[in-house]
Amino acid sequence: MDSIISAASVIAAGLSIGLAAIGPGIGQGNAAGQAVEGIARQPEAENKIRGTLLLSLAFMEALTIYGLVVALALLFANPFNS
Amino acid sequence: MYPDNFYSNTFTLLAEAEVGQHFYWNLAGALVHGQVLVVIWFVILFLLTVSILGTRKISQIPNGWQNFTETALDFIVDIARNQLGESFYREWIPFIGTLFLFIFGCNWAGAIIPWKLIALPEGEFAAPTNDINTTVALALLTSIAYFYAGLSKKGLGYFKRYVQPIPLLLPINILEDFTKPLSLSFRLFGNVLADELTITVLTGLVPLIIPLPIMVLGVFAGSVQALIFSTLAAAYIAEALE
Repeated sequence: MDSIISAASVIAAGLSIGLAAIGPGIGQGNAAGQAVEGIARQPEAENKIRGTLLLSLAFMEALTIYGLVVALALLFANPFNS
Repeated sequence: MYPDNFYSNTFTLLAEAEVGQHFYWNLAGALVHGQVLVVIWFVILFLLTVSILGTRKISQIPNGWQNFTETALDFIVDIARNQLGESFYREWIPFIGTLFLFIFGCNWAGAIIPWKLIALPEGEFAAPTNDINTTVALALLTSIAYFYAGLSKKGLGYFKRYVQPIPLLLPINILEDFTKPLSLSFRLFGNVLADELTITVLTGLVPLIIPLPIMVLGVFAGSVQALIFSTLAAAYIAEALE
């Protein structure tokens, strides 16, 4: 395998995870903050809020995971690795 | 491409990074991933056993296995009812329930059972959902299910939704049919594989105690991903039905 291609793949894999983590990080922080606010305002609704929060957190998590899938494809199943 | 000790670390005895290596079986001319097939059948047989045990001696006052299966069924019915509404949910319970129980079983079979104790010539036993073929198959089944739901309810009028609210959105609406199975399959595949890779890397760094909380997190994430997959499948079907 060309060493330039492997170097580029490794850098791209690192970048794809790092960049994909920014957005969901902000989003999850917002969601968790709002959930804490909601629980503080209405402690009896805690169970409902927790369920919804976990579900939406997992959705945001998926965005980072897409980055991870791209990184894994670059590292373990590189299409340019002939 | 990678340094040798990436593959042959004494600490990675219990969890080795083997992405893309499979134990191939040749079944009637078709090449299958043996390790996935074995674990899938293990999960299927387990689910069958539990459901047979739970329905063998049905009584008015449930006890033992019947209690357990009724609780699981209640949970599944809740998922279907919340997404599909009172009027449609009954006929979709089998599909949604099968998706949930199968993915849940697969994720937990990979996270809880120490498959690593059984050595394979190539590849390793793990959660079947960490093979992208499994998750793509499940996601395509979901696609077929919601097309079937829409077509059987509205006939060809189902395709009207592609030009709603305005015909300008036609390409985006068509694209959505491709992104739905794509995101469903990648979400499940990526999450399960990410858990296993995290455990692998941590076991490589610190072999004792430290990976345990991550393993617990993996068990938790496995159940949440099963819930999400079935909830989304139900939501897509509901969207096609409305």
